[in-house]
Amino acid sequence: MPVLEVDGLSKRFGATTALRDVSLALNEGEVLALLGDNGAGKSTLIKILSGVVQADAGEVRIDGDAVSIDSPKRARELGIETVYQDLALFDNTDATGNFYAGRERKRNGILGALGWVDDGGMRKETAELLDRLQVNLPKNGAEVGLMSGGQRQAVACARAIAFGERIVILDEPTSALGAREAGNVLRLIKEAPEHGVAVIVISHNMEHVIEVADRAVVLRQGRYVGEERPSEETQEQLVGMIVGSAKEE
Amino acid sequence: MSTAGTAIQRGLGTGSEQGLNLALRVIRVGPALILALLAVIMILASPFFLTGDNLSNLAVQVAPLACLAIGQLFVILVGGIDLSVGSVLALCTVTGATAYGWGDFGGGIITVAVIILTGVAVGLLNGVMLVKGRMPHAFIPTLATLNAARGLALLISDGAPMPGMPSIVTTAGAGELGPIPVPLLIVAGFGLVAYLLATRLQWGRWIYLVGADKEAARRLGIPVDRVIISVFVISGFAAGLAGLITAGRTDAGYPSAGQLDELAAISAVIIGGASFFGGRGSVGGALVGVLIFGVINNGLNLLNVNVYIQLIAIGVIVVVAVELDVLRRRLEERFRTLRGSED
Repeated sequence: MPVLEVDGLSKRFGATTALRDVSLALNEGEVLALLGDNGAGKSTLIKILSGVVQADAGEVRIDGDAVSIDSPKRARELGIETVYQDLALFDNTDATGNFYAGRERKRNGILGALGWVDDGGMRKETAELLDRLQVNLPKNGAEVGLMSGGQRQAVACARAIAFGERIVILDEPTSALGAREAGNVLRLIKEAPEHGVAVIVISHNMEHVIEVADRAVVLRQGRYVGEERPSEETQEQLVGMIVGSAKEE
Repeated sequence: MSTAGTAIQRGLGTGSEQGLNLALRVIRVGPALILALLAVIMILASPFFLTGDNLSNLAVQVAPLACLAIGQLFVILVGGIDLSVGSVLALCTVTGATAYGWGDFGGGIITVAVIILTGVAVGLLNGVMLVKGRMPHAFIPTLATLNAARGLALLISDGAPMPGMPSIVTTAGAGELGPIPVPLLIVAGFGLVAYLLATRLQWGRWIYLVGADKEAARRLGIPVDRVIISVFVISGFAAGLAGLITAGRTDAGYPSAGQLDELAAISAVIIGGASFFGGRGSVGGALVGVLIFGVINNGLNLLNVNVYIQLIAIGVIVVVAVELDVLRRRLEERFRTLRGSED
């Protein structure tokens, strides 16, 4: 059974139709690329899935159950973590502070009831998580504000993979990175299913899509136009679907 | 200071990671260095500076400012500003005197409660106006209450001091516990609670996160509006404490008290290394800023230096402190670039 099913989603913003009757499925342990030109509806789709925008029509199902994702908080409760292009990182704290931002672990007992945070525990767990995900950062405790673009992206992705219980959505995770930096993030995405999450990734970079994605779905002008297993061979066909010149299946 | 200067220059010049790291560390301890330097100068210049009497006098003098600065710190941490605290301090003393005038209930406890709750109420009003009134910046609601609270204090008191405070209040403002002035104990207690809030409690973490990036905080489920309102309540509470100490020291409701204290508190917080951009600053730093104020005023008094020079000195130090923060941002930018190219 798919982890996530999207059935007949539509969304209008005033006079523009951002999504028309889009259906797709995300399978267990899959990395799904979402392709399309600007205005194809990719952003609207992931905003609906992460609770930022509400669909006008259609249904979202997680593990077969229809769900209503009416806020970002609800999305997180349903196990969906989203990494936007701006990353939503806090420069004034370290990787641990960012991992646990808004969900700080509290101590046991009366101190915990007063809101006393368990710094030691969070730091230890973060070190373990980073180790498990093989993310190398500057020495423990370094502020995220002092990290490079690649390291910041790695922190944001690692946070999503570590805390996302079912689904991680990544919006252009490599667009701002150099080749070597992008490589580290791509590895993280590729290995995400081993950590129990399925991934939806938006990217304009076809090479990166071929490297990490098991399947690519193409949207154009708000509609589903087709899907393909991304590879050297299907690259041209995918590009055709994106720009609308190829014969649609 | 020259070693600090060299480290910063080296950091900017060569851009080596160690150099940058060192420079950033120097900036972080900058305020403490300034304070130490000032203290050394005063110790050398006046034999009276380091006497117990003088230090205790200094502590009592800066106690209200210390309370205001701690409150102001939390507002500045979320990128705000609270201009109202000087006026609120005065209003608190006046409402306290009014309550005392109605009768000495509960051994003065009622008076204390009225003083503190007046501050909390205005703080709450500031926060709610800012957030619910969707005002563009904290400057606006607190500018309004800067005027309104002063006006109300003058109106209630008819523009004149209202003498008489219960003994619990005069103890808070002028009492001593053994050799230690009570106002110092109040500051220490408030400072400790504020320190724990800032460093150990979840709500304090949220204050810092909201200061770093409100939109990100909202997306991660942090109740941003309530966090913002809360820092104004803390600042109002702090103004109430400062009002309590002032009322105790003057044994009166004092409608003209605390004028320009809001600017002194803001200066102290900035001098103490907090960033006006939000998200950075510490209780310890704010108190260091307050002490820099105190040592300058106290020291120059001891040396019989023209009082106007004190104002100029404070002005200079504010500029230096803010420039240090700007420099810090630049160094961090270098650091990122460097890390990026190494990756």
